[in-house]
Amino acid sequence: MTSLRWRKLVSGFMLTMTGVCALVAVSVLFFILGYLVYHGGKFISWSFFTQLPKPVGEPGGGMSNAIVGSAKLLFIASLIGVPVGFFGAIYLAEFSGSKSAFVVRYAADLLNGVPSIVIGIFAYALVVLPFKHFSTLAGGFALGIMMVPITLRSTEEFLLAVPNSLREGAMALGASKWKTIATVIVPAAYRGILTAVLLAFARVAGETAPLLFTALGNRYWSPGWNQPTASLPVAIFTYATGPYEDWHRQAWAAGLVLLGLILVINIVARAVLARGIAVPRS
Amino acid sequence: MATSTTTVHGAGPLVGSRSFLSKLREGDEIARMITFLFAASVVLVTLLLIFELWQDSALARHKFGLHFFVTRVWDPIFDQFGALPFIYGTLVTASTALFIAVPLGIGAAIFLAELAPARLSDALEFFIDLLAAVPSVIYGLLGIFIIVPVMRDYVQPALKQSLGFLPLFSGPAYGVGFLTAGIVLAIMVIPYIISVSREILLSVPRDQREAALGLGSTRWESTWKVVVPFARSGILGSVFLALARALGETMAVTMVIGNSPTISASLFSPGDTIASVIANQFTEATGDLYLQSLIELGLVLFLLTFILNGLARLLIVLTSQRGSKVSPA
Amino acid sequence: MKRFAAILLGGFTLAVVLWAQGALLITGAGATFPYPIYSKWFDEYHKLHSNIEINYASVGSGAGIKQVTDGTVDFGASDGPMNDDQLKAYQEKHGSGILHYPTVLGGVVLTYNIPDVSAALNFTPEALAGIFLGKITKWNDPAIAGPNKGVSLPSTDIVVVHRADGSGTTYCFTDYLSKVSEEWKTKVGKGTAVNWPVGLGGKGSEGVTGQVKNAPNSIGYVELIYAVSNNIAYGSVRNAAGAFIKADLASVSAAAAGAAKNMPDDFRVSITDAPGKNAYPISTFTWLLIPEKFSDAAKRDAMKGFLKWALSDGQKYAKDLSYAELPKEVIAKETKALNKIQ
Repeated sequence: MTSLRWRKLVSGFMLTMTGVCALVAVSVLFFILGYLVYHGGKFISWSFFTQLPKPVGEPGGGMSNAIVGSAKLLFIASLIGVPVGFFGAIYLAEFSGSKSAFVVRYAADLLNGVPSIVIGIFAYALVVLPFKHFSTLAGGFALGIMMVPITLRSTEEFLLAVPNSLREGAMALGASKWKTIATVIVPAAYRGILTAVLLAFARVAGETAPLLFTALGNRYWSPGWNQPTASLPVAIFTYATGPYEDWHRQAWAAGLVLLGLILVINIVARAVLARGIAVPRS
Repeated sequence: MATSTTTVHGAGPLVGSRSFLSKLREGDEIARMITFLFAASVVLVTLLLIFELWQDSALARHKFGLHFFVTRVWDPIFDQFGALPFIYGTLVTASTALFIAVPLGIGAAIFLAELAPARLSDALEFFIDLLAAVPSVIYGLLGIFIIVPVMRDYVQPALKQSLGFLPLFSGPAYGVGFLTAGIVLAIMVIPYIISVSREILLSVPRDQREAALGLGSTRWESTWKVVVPFARSGILGSVFLALARALGETMAVTMVIGNSPTISASLFSPGDTIASVIANQFTEATGDLYLQSLIELGLVLFLLTFILNGLARLLIVLTSQRGSKVSPA
Repeated sequence: MKRFAAILLGGFTLAVVLWAQGALLITGAGATFPYPIYSKWFDEYHKLHSNIEINYASVGSGAGIKQVTDGTVDFGASDGPMNDDQLKAYQEKHGSGILHYPTVLGGVVLTYNIPDVSAALNFTPEALAGIFLGKITKWNDPAIAGPNKGVSLPSTDIVVVHRADGSGTTYCFTDYLSKVSEEWKTKVGKGTAVNWPVGLGGKGSEGVTGQVKNAPNSIGYVELIYAVSNNIAYGSVRNAAGAFIKADLASVSAAAAGAAKNMPDDFRVSITDAPGKNAYPISTFTWLLIPEKFSDAAKRDAMKGFLKWALSDGQKYAKDLSYAELPKEVIAKETKALNKIQ
C-alpha cells in the first residue's frame, strides 16, 4: 500500500472515530432523558403534584411542598440575582472605567467558579447562623449568589454588543446617559438579557448542595420565608438514597419534572436568542 | 470595551465638561451611583466569602498547620482531622474523569468543528449544551440506579478478570467507588470540553488549514498536526475548566463514591472527596474544631478551583489572541 | 407572557403563604433511628391538633445535637445522649440547659445480604468486632461460621457498610463494641461519628439499608424497623448471659428492665450489653433533646403537649413499627420531669 493510501486510510479512520465520539456524547443525553421519561413517567400522577409526603415507609403521597418550595427559593434567588446582574452589567458596559471594570469582572468570574457547596457554607455562616433559622431566605440567598455572575457577565456581553451607532445617535438627539440606556440600549439587547436570565435561572434550579444547609427540608408546607422548606433537588437526593421502593419511584418522577423544567427553560432561552439578534456571530 | 471612541464612557468632551449638578439633575449621576452599588456588591460578596472561609477555619489552621494536608486520619472522636484522604479522592476521581472525558471530548469537538456541516454542528452543539444543563443530582440519580449496578455486576468483574493483576483494578467490586464516581464525572464534564474546544478550533484561522491541505496533507493530518497544535493552549484551557468543574462537583459524586475516607491504589475502592465530605458532615459537625476543619477543606477546594479557573482563562485568551495575531488583517 | 407568568407565580405564592398562616410550625432535627415512628407521631398529632405542625428533618443524631445547640432548630433528637462537653457547650451558648426525654426503645440489628443465605445468622461479639475492625474479611471465617453450623457461608469478601454521617445508631453500636472489645475501645472508640477502619458509608439509616440491599455480601447496622420493612435478613447477637438473642420488642424491653429501676434524673443511660437472660445486647433508648427554656411560649406549650401525648397515647404506635414501648417507671418519671421545661 502506498504511503498516501495508508495516510488516507488513517485519516478516514480517525475522522470516523471523532464522529463516534460526538455520537457517544450526544447519545448520553438521549439516554438520560429516555430513562427519566421511562421511569419517572410511570409514576407521575396528579397526586404527585398535589399531595404532601406521607410518613416514612407508607406508600403514596406526593411532592407538592417540594415543588412550591423550589418555586419560592427560585423567586428569592431571582430577586437577588437578576437586579444585581442586570444593573451591575449596565455599570460595566456603560459607566465604568477599565480598572473598576476589571475588578468587578474578576470578582464575578471568581464567584462563578466557586463550588456550590462552598457557597452553601457561606450562606450558612451569613444567613442561617445569625438568624438561628434554616430558611427559604437562606436557600434563596445562596442560589441568588450563584445567579449573579452568570447574569452579570452574559448581560454585559449583550449590552456591549449593541452597536455604538445607537448610543451616539441617542446622544446626538440630546438624550442623557440613563435615558439612552433605558430606552435604546436595553431594548436593543433585551433578547440576550432575557436569555441570560433564563439560563442562570435554569442553572440554579437544579442546585442541591447549597440547599442542604440553608433550606434544609420540610415535610409540610413552609409558611412565609423564614422556615425550612422542601425543594425538588433535595427531595430527589433524599428519596434516591433511601431504601424504600416507593421513594425511588418518587425520586424518578421528581427527576423527570426537574429535568423537564430545566430543559424547557434552556430550549426557550436559546430560541429567544436565535430569533434575530443584533449581534453577529464572531 | 465596546468602543474605541471615548464619547460614551463618561470621560469624553461631550459629557465630562458638564457640572456634577447638571448631571445629577439629568439623572446620569444617580444612574451611575446605583449601578455602581450593584456592581460593587458583587465584589463585596466575593471578598466577604473569602474572608468568611479564612476566618471560620482559623482554629483548624492554627491547630494543624500544614500537617492538615498530609494527615490521613479523620477522627471526630479524638479530634484529629487530616485532609489527605479527601484531597486524594478529589484528585483521583477528577483524573479518572479527565482520562475518559478528554479524548472523547476533543474527538467530538474535532468532529463538530472540522468535519460536520455547519447545520449538523450547530444542532449537535445545541444538544451538548443541554447536556451541560442537566443538574448534578439527576446524574446522581442515574448513577445510583443505573451505573452502580452495571459497574458492580458487569464492568468491574470484567475488569477484574482481565486486568485484575494491576493494583488499579484489585479488590472487591462494590459498584460504588472511585471508578464509578470518575465515570459519572466524565459524563458531566464532557460537554464543557466539547463546547470550549469546538469554539477554539473554529477560531483557528482558515488559512492554517488551507496551507496544510495545500501542502498535500490529508484532512486528519491537517487537523491533528496543524489546527490542534495551534489551538493547543485553548484546548488545554478547556480541560482545566472541566477539571475545575469536576473538583467542585458534589451531589453526583457523594451518591456514588462510597463515602469512606480511604486511600487506596484500587479504583474499585470506596473513597470520598472534599465536596462530598462537606456535604455529608457539615450539618452535624459538633465541636468547633470539627466544623472549622470542614470549612478549611472548603477553603482548600476554593483555592484549587480558583487557580485552575485562572489558568484556564489565561490559556483560552492566549489562544484567541494568537489566532487574531496570525491571521492576515 | 412574562407578566402572566409573574402574576401566576406571585398569586400562587401568596395563596400558599396565606393558607399556611395560622399554623404553629416547630422544627426539629436529628436521629434517623426513630424517624419512622416520629414521622408517624407528628402526623397523628397534627391530625389531632391541626394548627400544630412539627417538622422533623431526619439528618442523623450528630446533626440533631449540633442544630439544637446552634439554635437553628427548636428541638433535637438523638440516640446517643449528649456527653458532658456537649451539655456544657449548650449551657454556655444559651445560658440554660438542655433536657433529654426518652421516647421509645429500639434495637440496632446487623443486617446482611449474602446470596443464597436467608437464615438468621448468630453473631458473637468477637465476630462483630473483628468484622468491623477489618480483621475478619471473609464470610466463611471460623469466627462467623462457628456459631452457625448448618449454614453454608461463601468464601466471599465481606462488604462492610457503616454510617457516613453522625449517627446515634453508630453511637449505640460503637458503645456496644467498646464494651465487648478492648481493641475496639482503644483503637476506634464510641461516638456518633468514628474513624471506621473499613467499609462503605451510607447516609442515614436509609442509606445504609439501601447499600446493604443493593450490595451482595454486605453487612451493616441499622435500627430494627429498617431491616424489617425492607425485608432484609438480620442476625442474632450473643448477649452478656451467653444466649443468642434476636432483636424484637420483648428482648429490647428486657434490656431496658434493669435501667428502668435505676434511671438517672437526666435520663442519659446506656443499655447496651445489658445483663439479663433475654436481653438484646444492642438496644438503646432514643431521646428528644428539649431546651430547658423556650423563648416562645406557644412553642413550649405545644412541645409539652406533644411530649405528654407521646408518652401516653403515642406509645401504642410503637409496636407496629417495631419499637418497644418505654417501661412504665420511665414514663412516670418523665411525665413528672416535663415540668422542667419552661
